[in-house]
Amino acid sequence: MSPRIGVVTFPGSLDDRDAARAVTIAGGEAVSLWHADANLHAVDAIVLPGGFSYGDYLRCGAIARFAPVMEKIVDAANGGLPVLGICNGFQILCESHLLPGALTRNDHLHFICRDQKLRIENNSSAWTNSFEVGQEIVVPLKNGEGGYVADERILDELEGEGRVIARYLELNPNGSRRDIAGITNAAGNVVGIMPHPEHAVEELTGPTTDGLGFFASVLTSLVTNGRVTV
Amino acid sequence: MSMDTVGHATETPTAEQPYRELGLKLDEYDSIKNILGRRPTSSELAMYSVMWSEHCSYKSSKVHLRQFGEKAPKNDAMLVGIGENAGVVDIGDGWAVTFKVESHNHPSYVEPYQGAATGIGGIVRDIISMGARPVAVMDPLRFGDPTNPDTRRVLTGIVAGISGYGNCLGLPNIGGEIVFDSSYQGNPLVNALCIGTMKHADIHLAKATGLGNAVILYGARTGGDGIGGVSVLASETFDADGPAKRPSVQVGDPFMEKLLIECTLEVLHAGLVEGIQDLGGAGISCATSELASNGEGGMHVWLDRVLLRDHTLSPEEILMSESQERMCAVVEPAKVEAFMAVCKKWDVEAVVIGEVNDSGRLTVEWHGEQIVDVPPRSVAHDGPVYERPYARPTWMDARQANGPENLARPTTAAQIQQTLMAMVGTPNLAAKTWVTSQYDRYVMGNTVLAQPEDSGMIRVDEVTGRGVAVSTDCNARFAALDPYLGAQLAFAESYRNVAATGAVPLAVTNCLNFGSPEDPDVMWQFERAITGLADACLEMNTPVTGGNVSFYNQTGDVAIHPTPVVGVLGVIDDVDRRTPMAWDEDGELIYVLGDTRDELAGSEWAHAIHNHLGGLPPALDLGKEKTLAEILVAGSRDGMLSAAHDVSDGGIAQTIAEMAMRSGKGARLWIPDNFDPFVFLWSESATRAVVVVARSEEMRFTEMCNARSFTAIRVGVVDSELGSIGDQVLQLDNVYGETLSVSISSLHAASEATLPALFG
Repeated sequence: MSPRIGVVTFPGSLDDRDAARAVTIAGGEAVSLWHADANLHAVDAIVLPGGFSYGDYLRCGAIARFAPVMEKIVDAANGGLPVLGICNGFQILCESHLLPGALTRNDHLHFICRDQKLRIENNSSAWTNSFEVGQEIVVPLKNGEGGYVADERILDELEGEGRVIARYLELNPNGSRRDIAGITNAAGNVVGIMPHPEHAVEELTGPTTDGLGFFASVLTSLVTNGRVTV
Repeated sequence: MSMDTVGHATETPTAEQPYRELGLKLDEYDSIKNILGRRPTSSELAMYSVMWSEHCSYKSSKVHLRQFGEKAPKNDAMLVGIGENAGVVDIGDGWAVTFKVESHNHPSYVEPYQGAATGIGGIVRDIISMGARPVAVMDPLRFGDPTNPDTRRVLTGIVAGISGYGNCLGLPNIGGEIVFDSSYQGNPLVNALCIGTMKHADIHLAKATGLGNAVILYGARTGGDGIGGVSVLASETFDADGPAKRPSVQVGDPFMEKLLIECTLEVLHAGLVEGIQDLGGAGISCATSELASNGEGGMHVWLDRVLLRDHTLSPEEILMSESQERMCAVVEPAKVEAFMAVCKKWDVEAVVIGEVNDSGRLTVEWHGEQIVDVPPRSVAHDGPVYERPYARPTWMDARQANGPENLARPTTAAQIQQTLMAMVGTPNLAAKTWVTSQYDRYVMGNTVLAQPEDSGMIRVDEVTGRGVAVSTDCNARFAALDPYLGAQLAFAESYRNVAATGAVPLAVTNCLNFGSPEDPDVMWQFERAITGLADACLEMNTPVTGGNVSFYNQTGDVAIHPTPVVGVLGVIDDVDRRTPMAWDEDGELIYVLGDTRDELAGSEWAHAIHNHLGGLPPALDLGKEKTLAEILVAGSRDGMLSAAHDVSDGGIAQTIAEMAMRSGKGARLWIPDNFDPFVFLWSESATRAVVVVARSEEMRFTEMCNARSFTAIRVGVVDSELGSIGDQVLQLDNVYGETLSVSISSLHAASEATLPALFG
């Protein structure tokens, strides 16, 4: 049986279909989860997709954090369920305090969409174990509020514990501190990333297929950790 | 003041009414009185004033637009024609596509961010009201002199509006145009195109059928924004001394629009809707009168049920409000509850505001009092029709006689090199990355090609790979030199761009941007452009599925260049076989297809280097254009072409430079004998493309061109050995007896620097 990966749709989620497609291409079964339904439907992992949940009004992710489904997700994540937040999903994870820091307006004040080069820094998380440390990948980046910030103590802690999972290469597209593109929690099951791996899963529509690695990783980790038997 | 009811209007036939302030002429006001047999109530006057505005009634353009129907080619692909919210074409495998382009020019000058944002919102609602899921947007834009400080205000605001609204809506922005010309200084053009896809069975139309059916208004609440937008803004020339018009511009909420898309598609697919209409220009007046006149002929509306943002709004204001993100649906009584449940799921407010009847009248009441009682067709369809006078402008002869022959041309290899570097960096030819990188082109995961490719291409069917390609084009300088031929050249360029990516051109939409129809010179340009476009569409068997007219794009007496933007949609069986614009491998051969003549009138070279506009535009042979498209499509289908790129603004030099920059790989090229190098490089003769052919396919390809008697000249070969890694080189032989060498990174730098330097 394929692992069941839930993809949450909030009002204003945009890349939910893309995330589901990526899960399917990687070999998982995509399960649609609804923001107002406080039920995870026994999924084995969860993707919080990109978009503008609740219009990004008030502050990106600030309203989505209070959606009924998020209460269940926070509990499950604290219990070890793999959760990947992409772009707006990353913002929601920070607002939910599953990850430290915050995402702020790009330093150049414009939305930016580009094919972004990244270096994988950590391959021990549930979502990055199929990469090599130091591997360079290219995936689309598209955000208006993608500048990762945290205080120096937390940044040092993230660096010290190897919790930066990917860094921007060649160009820092949004003013993120220490070129951080993605981080993980201490347990390695919760990952937030600003670029969009779900848009790099087919030669036809993406700049590369490098993004598949994130989805392949979680399938591997589910099997390895015995959460799913194949 | 007491309510101006129908009864009150009958009792006070001589009451003064502000018809002039609402944009109506005296004879129009008199004909309203004739229709009603009394003076209109203030609410009726409000409805007629917005619906009979130029923007909604097409009163000046109707007599000419008929040509698109009269000259429509017999084409089985047309499922829904002109007149609905958007035309629909069959693309095969049970799929249908709807696409349309609309203008939002005037609001975007007054308030660039919101004007451009709501332009996207409006066209997207047109597409969803056909039952289609919107899958992509494109934005043809025109701006004034790039160095004028006001251009910065307008451009940065418009780009931010498109970015802010479109990205939040979740639709990939896959192409469009950005052109600068001082004729647009006080009248920038913001055209917005949307493409939607659906299965044939899902097509919906705007009509109120079924006696007793409920009329439901859903989406955003109605507020005071955009009141009189169409009549005051879009239908009058800007007056330098006039009052500020900002209150007439609508304000958009892309989040609500996204909910409206999902909610609408869900109620449509659940079979809960009999008829549907979006609320755009003229708001509730338009939706109720159009739905009623297309259905059973009657409707009653309880206007006090409309959910309001501002409780002080009068009924007249509610009828005229152009608040965004609203839709109107006709629903059977038994299905109203299910409809409301879907709305609740998406947090969309909805309320039953009316009922379909067979009274033949559109009646509106306000807290128990009758304030409107009109024949709905008289509001929606039987507005005034004008045969505006038109005549060939007296200055046309002088303009056409003033050709580019005497302009100083480069005559040495060094001057050619200088010209090349200058041309790739002109605002019109320079890379548009600074703008397009602010748009999301990836969302939905089906974007196969996007800017700067020849056309945007979207995968429609994820299993079979069937897809569509769309391009929009218009060189308005050509239209200024000859509007008939200019419109045909715009069509031909768009047609060619679609074919260059391997898609078969199928259907046409257009956005006709012109000056004041009250000026006979402008009206002549308009009549000529429509005739040119209609004739071309007939000859090429590509029907016009819909479009939009924008008049009054002029400040004082100065009109914009006539700008008939043409969008062509093509279909490709398998997007996997698309042709990209960049060459790929060493040894691939570079061919120029088509004939190059000394045609530089209206060219980017004449414009950018000499600020010159005069002469006659390039000649066009539509039969040859069709042959070129067949070659490009067959070359893609049979795997003969590695790359293709159309030749248009900036000539072959620009086409080759763009292919090299996109590829990053060098090439060795030569000017063929018997050509003047300058003319060969920068002439803008129509019906040409540069294609790249693998050596193994060369014989087959040239035989195909020969069999069709189409000119194919070998001009180069891809060669990365000319330069080092990271420093690739374009080499050009036979340039006045010399060889030129240009590094691709220097071309890149010149091309990419222009827009950030102006607007960054």
